[in-house]
Amino acid sequence: MTGGNGSRPAAAIEVRGLVKNYAEVEAVKGVEFEVATGEVFGFLGPNGAGKTTTISMLCTLVTPTAGSAKVAGHDVVNERDDVRRNIGLVFQDPTLDNYLTAVQNLRLHAELYGLQRDLVAPRMQQVLEMVGLWERKDSPVGTYSGGMRRRLEIARGMLHSPRVLFLDEPTIGLDPQTRRSIWSYIAELKEREDITIFMTTHYMDEAEWCDRIAIMDNGEIVALDAPDTLKAQVGTDRVVIHTDDNEAAIAALGERFGVEARMAERAVMFGVPGGEEFVPRLFADWDPTLPPIKAVSVSRPTLDDVFMSYTGTTIRDAEEDAGKNRNRMMMQMMHGGRR
Amino acid sequence: MSTTTDRAQIPGQAPATAPTIQVHVPPHSIFSELRAMRIVWRRDLIRFINDRVRMLATLVQPLLFLFVLGSGLQQLSSASTHGVNLKTFIYPGILCISVMFTAMFSAASIVWDREFGFLREMLVAPIRRSSIVIGKCFGGATVACTQGVIMILLAPLVGVPYSLQLIVGIFALQLLLAFTITAFGVMIAVRIKQMQAFFGVMQMIVMPMFFISGALFPVANLPGWLTFLNRIDPLTYAVDPMKRLVFSQINISPEARHVLDPGVTWFGWHVPVLVEVAVVAAIGLLCLGVAIWQFSRTE
Repeated sequence: MTGGNGSRPAAAIEVRGLVKNYAEVEAVKGVEFEVATGEVFGFLGPNGAGKTTTISMLCTLVTPTAGSAKVAGHDVVNERDDVRRNIGLVFQDPTLDNYLTAVQNLRLHAELYGLQRDLVAPRMQQVLEMVGLWERKDSPVGTYSGGMRRRLEIARGMLHSPRVLFLDEPTIGLDPQTRRSIWSYIAELKEREDITIFMTTHYMDEAEWCDRIAIMDNGEIVALDAPDTLKAQVGTDRVVIHTDDNEAAIAALGERFGVEARMAERAVMFGVPGGEEFVPRLFADWDPTLPPIKAVSVSRPTLDDVFMSYTGTTIRDAEEDAGKNRNRMMMQMMHGGRR
Repeated sequence: MSTTTDRAQIPGQAPATAPTIQVHVPPHSIFSELRAMRIVWRRDLIRFINDRVRMLATLVQPLLFLFVLGSGLQQLSSASTHGVNLKTFIYPGILCISVMFTAMFSAASIVWDREFGFLREMLVAPIRRSSIVIGKCFGGATVACTQGVIMILLAPLVGVPYSLQLIVGIFALQLLLAFTITAFGVMIAVRIKQMQAFFGVMQMIVMPMFFISGALFPVANLPGWLTFLNRIDPLTYAVDPMKRLVFSQINISPEARHVLDPGVTWFGWHVPVLVEVAVVAAIGLLCLGVAIWQFSRTE
């Protein structure tokens, strides 16, 4: 029933040297990776890192400048239709018709994809039950909450039994509780269906749901592995201290303790092996002429630390910088674009 | 009211034993394209039927022209119309503009769909872009003709008796015109990203097309510049056959017929109805072709 000759390719997605340039901007700078069949694969990175551009190329919506990619065994440039028949898509921005009901939206999708008529109704019931919307199937989508719409989009993306499901920031703009529920639907989906999931997110905690993640920064993949492996690689615990003079504290930490600290989210942050043993030493040897340490926290490595160790910044700071760059560009454009 | 269901059921209420239904997306074929066209067409109809306000709104303008303008100007024009009621005279033109406004509105939905994201759902489906455009054009044509039927029903109110020939003829002409105008509108809409911009362009193109077409005046003995504009206005070739059809159904003096229904001439040659209809059809197909070509190029 999976179609074709039954021999499925080992890799659901194969990407080789994929590049995308927009005018003068290099959005994606030659990424390479493979996603195995049945895997949940996450693309993690700040806004503007090139995640959406990459996903758009894999979904045949954007033509790569260079390189190649195969999805479900088909080339994304030369076999567009074959790729499209085998993938489901959930975009960052809503793509439902709010004036139609859930059932009408799904039926439209079934017709666009040419599904066998006799299977449409039972399949529709199945996907709607899977995301808990069966009871609301005849309400116009305009009356749905944000979380319900996202769930309906996931159901619609699954309607034609795709082999690869692409989720571009599936939980963006949702409250934490709804985000959690979306994740349990996705987990359930993976249980029930024979499917590979490729998703992007900029929430670190969500990346934990993935079998493997690729960390993307500035159009490049800087790390790729299972979340636990990546965290183990960091090898250090994270210590955050608050003082009244962070500059002096960073200098002192370098001189006296030989640790390289940096500013992150208005506190001083550094990594040391065995963080719990380090704290007593820190207080014992703290230079009394410096402003005292007001608070300290120690934590096991998280994906934030992984991100930090590869990019030298926290994901939130990276986003702020990206935002500032965007603003600067906007300002230049508005003020006559001097070149 | 909707937030309760949002969090209520966490997965698992579907019996775990139920086998997963595997569906299969068939390879691209003419058949799958036809299905895609049909659903794009059906969506326009469903949305039109659900949108009663729009149904009424698009009726207001032609009714205003017909009854307010028609009755009002009657007092000034009775001498020059040889006793024919002005409402009767402008009725054929109004039949044309009523489908024209509705068809333009339908074409605008492409811009709307782009702004609200739905267009993407259609763009990523494994179908040809041309199927979306063709479905859209037929959708617009069908919706406009539904509107047109209401206008046909008003015939006796303006002194035109019902007849089979009249009803079938008007309907066919309206269908053709609606298709052409939708294709024209879609051709413009595929390049435009914002609704306001689209309506701006519409105002700039549609209103002049309507005024120049001769929907409200006879097209003979016009000043030279207006004759020229009139002859290059595509709408002229839909309004004129409509006039001839309606005037063939009423009893008026030969002088009145001569003044009110002079017909379109090219350098003195009286253009036959069939040629006029062919002009409208050709323009429609040309617009459709350009629309498909443009739409296929957008990412």
